[in-house]
Amino acid sequence: MPFTLRRRLVATTVAGLLGTTALTACDSSGDESAAPAEAGPAALTYWAWAPGMDKVADLWNKGPGKEAGITVTVKKQASGDDLVTKILTAAKAGQAPDLVQAEYQALPTLVSNDVLADISKEVEGVEAKFAPGVWQQATLGTDAVYAVPQDSGPMMFYYRQDLFRQYGLTVPTTWDEFAETARALKKKAPGKALTTFSANDAGLFAGLAQQAGARWWTTEGDQWKVGIDDAATRKVAAFWGGLVKEGAIDNQPMYTPAWNKALNTGEQIGWVSAVWAAGTLTTAAPDTKGKWAMAPLPQWPGGARATGSWGGSSTAVTNDSKHKGAAAEFVTWLNTDPAALAALVKESGIYPAATAAQSGGALAKAPDFFSNQPTFYEEAAAIAKTTAPSAWGPNVNVAYTTFRDAFARAAKDRSDFGAALRTVHDSTVADLKKQGFGVAE
Amino acid sequence: MTATAPRANTTAAAVRRTGARRGRGAPYAFLAPAAVLFALFFALPIGYAIWLSLHKVEVKGLGLGKGARSEVWAGPANYTDALTDPELLDGALRVLGYGAIVVPTMLGLALLFALMLDAERVRLASVTRLAIFLPYAVPGVIAALLWGFLYLPDVSPFFYLLDALGLPQPDLLDGGPLFLSLSNIAVWGGTGFNMIVIYTSLRSIPAEVYEAARLDGCSQLQIALRVKIPMVAPSLVLTFFFSIIATLQVFAEPTTLKPLTNSVSTTWSPLMKVYQDAFGNGDLHAAAATAVIIAVVTLVLSFGFLRAAGSRDQQGDPR
Repeated sequence: MPFTLRRRLVATTVAGLLGTTALTACDSSGDESAAPAEAGPAALTYWAWAPGMDKVADLWNKGPGKEAGITVTVKKQASGDDLVTKILTAAKAGQAPDLVQAEYQALPTLVSNDVLADISKEVEGVEAKFAPGVWQQATLGTDAVYAVPQDSGPMMFYYRQDLFRQYGLTVPTTWDEFAETARALKKKAPGKALTTFSANDAGLFAGLAQQAGARWWTTEGDQWKVGIDDAATRKVAAFWGGLVKEGAIDNQPMYTPAWNKALNTGEQIGWVSAVWAAGTLTTAAPDTKGKWAMAPLPQWPGGARATGSWGGSSTAVTNDSKHKGAAAEFVTWLNTDPAALAALVKESGIYPAATAAQSGGALAKAPDFFSNQPTFYEEAAAIAKTTAPSAWGPNVNVAYTTFRDAFARAAKDRSDFGAALRTVHDSTVADLKKQGFGVAE
Repeated sequence: MTATAPRANTTAAAVRRTGARRGRGAPYAFLAPAAVLFALFFALPIGYAIWLSLHKVEVKGLGLGKGARSEVWAGPANYTDALTDPELLDGALRVLGYGAIVVPTMLGLALLFALMLDAERVRLASVTRLAIFLPYAVPGVIAALLWGFLYLPDVSPFFYLLDALGLPQPDLLDGGPLFLSLSNIAVWGGTGFNMIVIYTSLRSIPAEVYEAARLDGCSQLQIALRVKIPMVAPSLVLTFFFSIIATLQVFAEPTTLKPLTNSVSTTWSPLMKVYQDAFGNGDLHAAAATAVIIAVVTLVLSFGFLRAAGSRDQQGDPR
């Protein structure tokens, strides 16, 4: 009951806003005093966490949306995992919004709960605008299309250019060189570390495993096959576990005040991150502006150049939507139209998944934080092309939580990362079985 | 209420009957609002939680697409899973260790402060009382954040001082010190409240009792030990009861410290496990079963304690 009431309120509010010309950067929570007017043919609600998404939606509401009679209202959400739970709960009550922003790794969970609509017919031809590795995440490797990619997070290596020069270090191009660099730095400046192994965001490790060629969830007929403890991931785990064990790198979690300080004072002089790192560094290490540089991730020997992805999200239409066609129209515009993508880059600070938008336009100029590297986005686009395909399954959340606990303990004790990896693998398989999924051994 | 002095037997009987019926119904009418609210907002949610705990979601095959999920009867499976889960047991033991530090320290300090404030010659009593009570007004999450920053070596002024003095710098967010760090937050926040409860009951002791004690040659210390503490025993029992419940429900402090350290896992306390099951892993059924177990344990422990306290001292039972 309160839900319907709120929905109607939103509809009238949207209609009211449409009637008035003074449609500036409106608060998405809606102005309750707006004069009631007739509702348009399709009024859609959109749950998203990207900042400034309401402004991008305004662009649609004023332009193509106005012509088509489709109005989109953005409801700002907390990011990531919280939103998945919220969407699942809303869908259980049949009250899910028309559109949702969803991280790639959350898509199988949402599909498995029958929340997302298959929009393959509505978005025909859109596929060509995305790199195959990115697009495949939205189809889960099936014929259906559950979402349209919005942004991606190709991984890169960030380092303090000035301090690398000061300590006579060269930018590592292979993981072996990376380890040597870490050791060399420890020898020259014992108080400093090249980077830290942090267990508090499994996405980072998943991306690194992806780069090494791991595919954590694949399907075999009617069964899921879990490959978390595969050779590629074991190699990555052993590499980082070894560095932590010998003390070549730090073992403290990232995103803490201590971590911010370490970055800001130059105690930590490198960070394996993704294309969005500029935003994080700007807030975490404001004093180091212009001193960082970006390089491709170090590579594993043998095999083509590759990078993993960390983060990135898509836009999906829910089964609860009464206007799936209209919603798909907006989704296509939002993630492929040059004007929309430019606005997303400017207002939300995302790195667009659409290949055409990754160079020139709004991304012609390097981020402020990297003004010393004017070709930042050209290099990023080249790296993005090498993104290895990822493979997500229906219980990524369980794997990620187990990862956090198991690897945090291993990092703390500087113990065997291989054992921690097996724990993650086993709990993930056990959870799938417990839920009744078909699991291939 | 009942009819008196009836003229005719028949009508009198009728009146008596209706009157009596009305009289018997009245308590229920008065009870109704409370009963309805109790049923709607207490019994019903609990009943739903129990219902959830006895079911589970079953997935078929890949679990993609429509009709792949169905809710089926699970029987006691969720309960046996929870009770045999080593994480839940470990969590319970961790909370036990935490409680063993928090409850005695907090109540000991609360009693000490209350007695000191109640002593005869004390200056600035109201200011001191307020200062001790004030941390209670700080929400648990804020308190945990505040202390969390103070525990982190790189940003804490304490560590800066230790460093400057050349003293060893302990890792406050690991192993044994982690328990002390967490307990410290709870003690800091809870002592004031418990002190007020004990202090209030100290103030209600009549002055004659002290006078008599003094005439018998009691010192201030003896008055405190032999008169005051026995007389505030009921409020000590009450604060102990509240503290046990609060300890079993510890959630905010470890959850807030979790991102700052590798040592606090997502299932550090039993309630964190419930939260993780429900909102991290999306398994409401397992979460419901664990929640029911925690509720039963809490009831048994807290009322068991009350009964034990009541049997030792008849007036000790606040019920």
